[in-house]
Amino acid sequence: MSDPTVPPQPPDEGMPPTNVTDPMPAMAEAFAFEREDEIERAVGEGFAASGGDVSGHATGGLWRTAGRELLRKKSAVVGLVMLTVLVFLAVFAPVIAPYDPNEVLFSEGVAPRDAPCIHLLGCPDDQPQHILGIDGNGRDYFSRLVYGARVSLLAAFVAVTFAMVWGTIVGLIAGFFGGAADNVLMRLMDVLLSFPSLLLAIAIVSVLGPGLINAILAISVVTIPQYARIVRSSVLSIREQEFVAADRALGVGTWRLLWHRIFPNALTPLVVIATLGIATAVLEIASLSFLGLGVQPPTPEWGSMLAAERNQVFTAPHLVFFAGLMIMWNVLSFNLLGDGLRDALDPRLGR
Amino acid sequence: MLIGILALVFALARLIPGDPCRAALGERATDEICEAYNERYGLNEPIYVQFGIYLNDIAHGDLGESFRFGVPVTELLVERLPTTIELSITALLIAVVVGVPLGIISGYRHNSKTDVATMIGANIGVAMPVFWLGLMLQYVFAVLLRDTPLALPPSGKLDAGLIPTPFYEVWGWPMNGFTEFLAKFTVMNALVTFQWEILSSAMLHLILPAVALATIPMAIIARMTRSSLLDVLGLDYVRTARAKGLAERTVVVRHALRNAMLPVVTVVGLSFGALLGGAILTETIFNLAGVGKTLFDAITSRDYTVVQGFTLVVAVGFVVVNLVVDMLYTYLDPRVRVS
Repeated sequence: MSDPTVPPQPPDEGMPPTNVTDPMPAMAEAFAFEREDEIERAVGEGFAASGGDVSGHATGGLWRTAGRELLRKKSAVVGLVMLTVLVFLAVFAPVIAPYDPNEVLFSEGVAPRDAPCIHLLGCPDDQPQHILGIDGNGRDYFSRLVYGARVSLLAAFVAVTFAMVWGTIVGLIAGFFGGAADNVLMRLMDVLLSFPSLLLAIAIVSVLGPGLINAILAISVVTIPQYARIVRSSVLSIREQEFVAADRALGVGTWRLLWHRIFPNALTPLVVIATLGIATAVLEIASLSFLGLGVQPPTPEWGSMLAAERNQVFTAPHLVFFAGLMIMWNVLSFNLLGDGLRDALDPRLGR
Repeated sequence: MLIGILALVFALARLIPGDPCRAALGERATDEICEAYNERYGLNEPIYVQFGIYLNDIAHGDLGESFRFGVPVTELLVERLPTTIELSITALLIAVVVGVPLGIISGYRHNSKTDVATMIGANIGVAMPVFWLGLMLQYVFAVLLRDTPLALPPSGKLDAGLIPTPFYEVWGWPMNGFTEFLAKFTVMNALVTFQWEILSSAMLHLILPAVALATIPMAIIARMTRSSLLDVLGLDYVRTARAKGLAERTVVVRHALRNAMLPVVTVVGLSFGALLGGAILTETIFNLAGVGKTLFDAITSRDYTVVQGFTLVVAVGFVVVNLVVDMLYTYLDPRVRVS
């Protein structure tokens, strides 16, 4: 499962493995002691050909090339544009939404589940405009949809970040130390993986109790094994390479080695998996909310909005249609972007 | 591995907050009644003793008794598992039958209009929430197309009033747990006993949920088939085959496809897990009393034993399917055996 996304990156490919990311030098400073700085310099000279991070001649090279490559892919650009629209909606929700998402508008003369009323399309001017109609509780549906973007994006992002951090830690430890740690941790991951993810998420939420935070937690826990496996297999392939051996011979500390030499190399596949993971998280949060286990009303969230109007699908289908469309939009944008990133970051494809 | 699954299932079920006695008995639950209730179901023992009892019971094929229904969990499983299996297999069939050919066409005619259309469709298919698709299908086929020949029933397993005769009655077989289990496969049961009305009704009811459930695996299978075929078509041995002057059809079907199908087999197997997850949503929407819906109801009503039993069966089923896929893979690809 992990092989296609974990491209081996031999250091002699003109792609210095220690150089794949910008924030690393900063982190290096935070970690570095005086003595290790000297070591660093020595290592840097020793690896001039492949470029230590002190030489910096190719800093950000991979990411810049990847960015260019990404913009050349039509589907990735589409994904990027779709995502931008969504982020725009989320950030400027108060400006875009004509009403407060939780404001009940019965006093303005609307009925529950009113059909959309758009002035441009011949809706009489004396009626208030609600471009996507009114939901079952007399709230403006469009405003709720717009605010829903905030919940969906934020929840998915937090869930993936959390899973990635823990997955990375587990993967680094398991891969680098091997032995018993590896065995115990990876068996644990196997157990987590042997449940269908939605099922396990439901079970976890039912333990923690329904709610947005718990749903996020559940989805993170369920996806940790993916990240752990990716990081572990990257670590295993990098651990035995010469530049790591050289570092070790020079007495570089274990944690510094992990963070500085090994983690950056695992970052590329991680970014790809995380982008695709956000798409899955969006879908799963919506699913949990749909089942009443995630976001609770009245918070505007697409999944729970869909659940609320589910039985009205035969009479007011627009209330179901657009919420689902937004979920799909969100998932699609991250999927396209993730696929594009994978192609752009995969050195095997050559440029 | 198995112990890990068992422990996790047990822990999750026991960690569900709330008192099962009060959940099961509601208003009637007084302290004395609950005491007796906990005594009866062994809920007073220390947690490790409960786990020990649980393991022992499992070894004897006993999954306990449902707090809510008062019937053994195995009985519930016998009743509800077939619905889910039938649904999943139908969905998987649809996904493979549609997904693989689409993938082959778009892989072979790389970058053609068909290819682009298929891939756009596949991307959208993966992104669609199952529950939304289900509701939309219900709307289209039960409301928009009502009174047309294309109308399809939006929920349930059979038309109201239809009661299938189990095959063991028709054939004069003994009625036991196993035959009862088999008889719950409505489509199969109707087919082997020639109950045509039931058969058509059951199949019509199966179409919408199966299509909703099939969409995501279908899209994944199509994509996998395409990229795998593309990979293989670029290999040297395919060029050799072409250079030998073999007919294009032979090259693609006999040479390339064989190898290209290997990763697809894995994906099909892995889709099974997604199907089981999706079944929870699909069964809820289409009101099918299968494993997914039962499990969800059990969680919301804190029916511990049902949650444990059903989660366990699903997890073990998932593991077994993955194992079978692995074995199939070794059989199909001799290279794995060598290395």
